[in-house]
Amino acid sequence: MQASDWFFYLFAAITLVPACVVVFSRKLLYSAFALLFTLSGVAALYALLGADFLAVTQVLVYVGGVLVLILFGVMFTQRVYDLKAEAMSFKRRRAAVIGVVVFATLWGVALAVPWPQTELATPQPTSATLGNLLLSRYLLPFEAISVLLLVVLIGAVLVGKKEVEE
Amino acid sequence: MAVGLQHFLFVSAALASLGVIAMVSRRNAISILMGVELILNAAALNFVAFARYGRPGTETPWLSGQIFGVFIIVLAAAEAAIALAIIIAIYHHRANINADELNELQR
Repeated sequence: MQASDWFFYLFAAITLVPACVVVFSRKLLYSAFALLFTLSGVAALYALLGADFLAVTQVLVYVGGVLVLILFGVMFTQRVYDLKAEAMSFKRRRAAVIGVVVFATLWGVALAVPWPQTELATPQPTSATLGNLLLSRYLLPFEAISVLLLVVLIGAVLVGKKEVEE
Repeated sequence: MAVGLQHFLFVSAALASLGVIAMVSRRNAISILMGVELILNAAALNFVAFARYGRPGTETPWLSGQIFGVFIIVLAAAEAAIALAIIIAIYHHRANINADELNELQR
């Protein structure tokens, strides 16, 4: 086994073990903090796959932005000090069945399909190529997504603000 | 056994099914949102893994998978912002974000 293989197993553990905590923890705040490790683990896996720009973006946007938003949401809507923020409901068995079925389907397909095996190129820096692609081949989705972000910005403020009593 | 495409597919499948379990079994709206984030991450991980291990030399440039990863991250951020705004608005009205009890649209 190469060193990168050990890194893969390490990062996979960092991703999957806290993901179980996210799903099964009885305390909502613990879930939110476990999500931090899962998202960081995914960023590390991106780096392992040679996606340097994406790894940094994941850390900046997910860990720095989305996770902070979620933590704010948790602390606004729960009384943090009585950490009893709700556990699983009684639908647990149904959820387990659905989860196993989804996993079996995904993993079965991944095993059954003969994916092309190619020689791996040495990872190159990706930022310049990504930028060129975004402004040439993927220009339309890029612009659409920027409009979407503007709409989301305005919409989130409108939805989230306290209504003035009339 | 050297780490290959299928190892990454395994991690991604596990993440996605954990996210589905969270979405089905949790009642708190924020927990459901976390499940959605897990699923989105699983999808992006698949895209990036295929971008690395997929067949090179085809018509689409080999970085297309990573472009989709970028788009997924942006969409997830937008979705989280809107969802939390809605959750907090609901909390102001109902003092409760239990998804089982939010079953009417009117105040």
